[in-house]
Amino acid sequence: MTCTEFLTILDDVLDESIAVETRTEIELHLRQCGHCEVVLNTTRKTIEIFQCHEVYELPTEVSERLHSVIMEKCKKVR
Amino acid sequence: MSTIQPVAGQDEQHPDVALVAQVRAGDVAAYDTLVRKYERQIFRIAQHITQNREDAEDVMQDAFLKAYEKLDQFQGNSKFYTWLVRIAVNESLMRLRKRRTGKLVSMDEDVQTDEGSVPRDFADWAPNPEQNYTQAELAEILRKTIQGLPQGFRVVFVLRDVEGLSTEETAETLGLSVPAVKSRLLRARLQLRERLTRYFGRKTPAVAPAAAAPNGDGAEA
Repeated sequence: MTCTEFLTILDDVLDESIAVETRTEIELHLRQCGHCEVVLNTTRKTIEIFQCHEVYELPTEVSERLHSVIMEKCKKVR
Repeated sequence: MSTIQPVAGQDEQHPDVALVAQVRAGDVAAYDTLVRKYERQIFRIAQHITQNREDAEDVMQDAFLKAYEKLDQFQGNSKFYTWLVRIAVNESLMRLRKRRTGKLVSMDEDVQTDEGSVPRDFADWAPNPEQNYTQAELAEILRKTIQGLPQGFRVVFVLRDVEGLSTEETAETLGLSVPAVKSRLLRARLQLRERLTRYFGRKTPAVAPAAAAPNGDGAEA
């Protein structure tokens, strides 16, 4: 497996939707290629960081205010 | 903050189905439950697209209200959440259009770029690099990093990786093909990785001041 081939299936590797027969090839490539191993690990970490940390927080007071407005308007609709 | 919803089995009914039925039967309190369940996600998505706090608040209100008004049109072929996200994405794009005085805004904007499609920085990261920053600093880094992505990539990444929609749901929501979503997702992930490496990448070991010799041949730290 070449680095370009690895890159084309990187998403599937990250999403763990790789066919069993391809896994051995990937593991072999990663053992031989430090760059691809770094790209895989740091891309995985990138996704994890964005999933675990709030980029845009909705403060409770704003949430309560918006929530009241939404429900008030909904009650008027029906 | 993981918002990935538990996937209901084929025969298992998603809990939203019952709530939607209750709302249709006139139970407004059931809608209150749905709003509380998804308001943070909808606000985040709107903020990611509009990049404007006031617009995101308006989008959140309008999306929930529109969903309530049009609930009879909800077919139930998709999840309520996916349907709601689609409304929020459309409302967000409309807001952007208003800000840009009518200029067409689409999901294809700025995606014709090769930036980041091939990794260039191979510096490894320290374990848990985010721990070197305060929560506020980290949020700022993540904001700056994701704001720099072309909109067409950013929205795909947010829906698929942050908000937990499947590739198919993301495609359906944005009116894109599955291969287009996959291609944009890969490029978004790689660009974000590349940008975060500037903050989290291990630096080349510096010359320790005490060990540095005047002729510059000091030992590496």
